[in-house]
Amino acid sequence: MLSWGGLEWVSAIGTTDKTALKDRGKAVAWRLIVFVTLLKPLSNLFLAWGMKELPPTLAVNPLLFLRAMVDPLVVIGIVMQIVWLLTRMSLLSVADLSYVLPVTSSGYVLSALLGRVVLHEQVSPWRWLGVAMITLGTVFVASSPRVTATPEDRR
Amino acid sequence: MRWVWLSAVVISAVAGDLLQSREMKTEGDAGAPGLGRVLRLVVTRWKLGLSIFCMAVSFFAFLALVRTEALSFAVPASAASFALETVLAKFVLGERLAARRTAGAILVCGGIVLVAR
Repeated sequence: MLSWGGLEWVSAIGTTDKTALKDRGKAVAWRLIVFVTLLKPLSNLFLAWGMKELPPTLAVNPLLFLRAMVDPLVVIGIVMQIVWLLTRMSLLSVADLSYVLPVTSSGYVLSALLGRVVLHEQVSPWRWLGVAMITLGTVFVASSPRVTATPEDRR
Repeated sequence: MRWVWLSAVVISAVAGDLLQSREMKTEGDAGAPGLGRVLRLVVTRWKLGLSIFCMAVSFFAFLALVRTEALSFAVPASAASFALETVLAKFVLGERLAARRTAGAILVCGGIVLVAR
């Protein structure tokens, strides 16, 4: 089972080297951030691929919704969404919500790039400006401390 | 009706994320839990189960919203949950919003609105 290097992190607790512990925690958190950020747009891509093969009347016909659920591409997309949700929950255990939200928003950037490159969609200048703002905002937030609340603050 | 669905999208997303963040923080002391452990926590902790339910409500409310409204309205409008969650993270979860983090969150929020145009 995936452990995000958590075991190495736990074993470091036994040592007195606090810097090593902090560095490992940081590495685990970044591994999770990269995974969460990549998984969401990829799952959306699979869902979009799968849904495009279905008729446009999907929204008004529940039977077509059920048919969509057995489409292999849609199934892959749904499984990826479930893994994304669980991974994001794991990330929330080691990082603030106000840190996770903006940092993982870089998935929007990847979505725009995938849409342009893989699905050959048109991306307007406004959208590219939005991509630039998200990238800059992500850099700002990523350079702030990952955890700011102590257990006492959360009570 | 659009505002009813939009409120359902935003309120349930915010509630789900706040519940999830608060519950998962109690697990973070021993390092980030693996997928199996997270799955066990979802089954055994009712607040995490409730957070998943809230996210499901948000997802289906969003589907209902995009059935009647343009995606160019639905996506930026539902980004309100992002702004609301950041503010509530300070007051409910006790997170500290320093200038850099606040500026970054505002930029990302504005970026999402533009990306959805």
